[in-house]
Amino acid sequence: MENKILSTNEIKKILEKLSDQVIKEMGPDIAVVGIKRRGAILAERIKKLVERKVSCNIDYGSLDITLYRDDFSTIGSHPVVSGSELMFDPDDRKILLVDDVLYTGRTIRAAIDQIIDYGRPNVIRLFVLVDRTNCRELPIQADYHGIKVIVGKNQIVEVKLKEVDKTEEVVIAEIK
Amino acid sequence: MNWKRKDLLGLEELSRQEIEFILDTAGSFKEVSTRAVKKVPALRGKTIVNLFFEPSTRTKTSFELAAKRLSADILSFEVSTSSVSKGETIVDTARNIEAMKVDCFIVRHSVSGAPLIISKAVKAAVINAGDGCHEHPTQALLDLFTVKEVFGKISGLNIAIIGDIYHSRVARSNIWGFTKLGAKVTVCGPPTLIPHGVEQTGVSICYSVAEAVKNADIVYLLRIQKERQQENFFPSQAEYRNFFGFDYKKFQFQKNKFFLMHPGPMNRGLEISTESAEKENSLILQQVTNGIAVRMAVLYLTVRQVH
Repeated sequence: MENKILSTNEIKKILEKLSDQVIKEMGPDIAVVGIKRRGAILAERIKKLVERKVSCNIDYGSLDITLYRDDFSTIGSHPVVSGSELMFDPDDRKILLVDDVLYTGRTIRAAIDQIIDYGRPNVIRLFVLVDRTNCRELPIQADYHGIKVIVGKNQIVEVKLKEVDKTEEVVIAEIK
Repeated sequence: MNWKRKDLLGLEELSRQEIEFILDTAGSFKEVSTRAVKKVPALRGKTIVNLFFEPSTRTKTSFELAAKRLSADILSFEVSTSSVSKGETIVDTARNIEAMKVDCFIVRHSVSGAPLIISKAVKAAVINAGDGCHEHPTQALLDLFTVKEVFGKISGLNIAIIGDIYHSRVARSNIWGFTKLGAKVTVCGPPTLIPHGVEQTGVSICYSVAEAVKNADIVYLLRIQKERQQENFFPSQAEYRNFFGFDYKKFQFQKNKFFLMHPGPMNRGLEISTESAEKENSLILQQVTNGIAVRMAVLYLTVRQVH
């Protein structure tokens, strides 16, 4: 059973609205960093939206947080390490960190650790498309969120984006 | 691909997919060494032991840096000051160290198969850092990685390996690696230093350096182990240099552009002329740089299999 919570059009509207809000609150001099894979895709879209509005180039980066995970010995399978690319010096910058879903907060913790290994940003703000509000395991909250949902532990939020999935939508599905 | 091995003993037992998986993983690790903070927490809390029964500077240092950049703790076991000199067997040595709860052994030994014996005796991961004349898998992996970085592929390339093939674990691992990935390998050296039956691994044999270099994309020079001199495999070092030593001047009019590789340490003026090592087609220092990324990948993949 799948329950659709966001359509293609709604995703587009959310990104546009939040990009405006980001520019208003953080200013045009930001760098956008996405967490692989789908966070990195969303970050790229936000970069383009912001660039169009402020008509200057926005720095971009993508993070693979595999090496920063804290569940090293408990996960059985081997995620392929695909590497991180931060094409700017994060020292004293304002960084918008982007992911598709905020769940336990552990991925965000890992991503923040990784950014700090590259340098010392002035500020890091968190942008997520979907905020699963009732499942946090760390004191981490989103500064910008598209939609808040309350989803049980036996369900997953699946974000499908046209760059890697055939369709584009957000659904809540039962874990098989 | 799902990596399942806790040990890396040689390239002979690895599939093409497994070799490519290590090279891909290494590609992601290379970036870590270019950061301001050259460290990731992937192996934090793990303990790795360098168990070197034979002298080494480069390989040992490279493994040490790789382990440290993964946040593992590493200690180096000095054979001259150890109980091995008091008559302890390698299995007892390994088991005693394992009893102190270590997660990985990096083993170098003058006897072929020593890492295999240790891997059967312990639950920790075992990585072969060179055993006798058998294999030196991480050296071959970093060589494959370097060639792939330069050419973007390995399949279809011509690789000429020149020197003492007979005693070389580097040559053996490279023959397995390059042939599995679809390169064409030619071995070249004095007939006394070409092992019998080597052509069964799919390589061609050649006794003239000029002939071997003619179609090569990579010229891979092996170190002449001076300690072999007493065993009369070749008449003198001067004779070896004249016939098999590499001097770029002899080949600078060569039509094909090739790259030069060497596993180190080099004997300048013996297997390689001193200027040749400095030429722009030399990949020798790039090999050393890539050694860290490749060893990080190997440690990361194997140590994760230890429970």
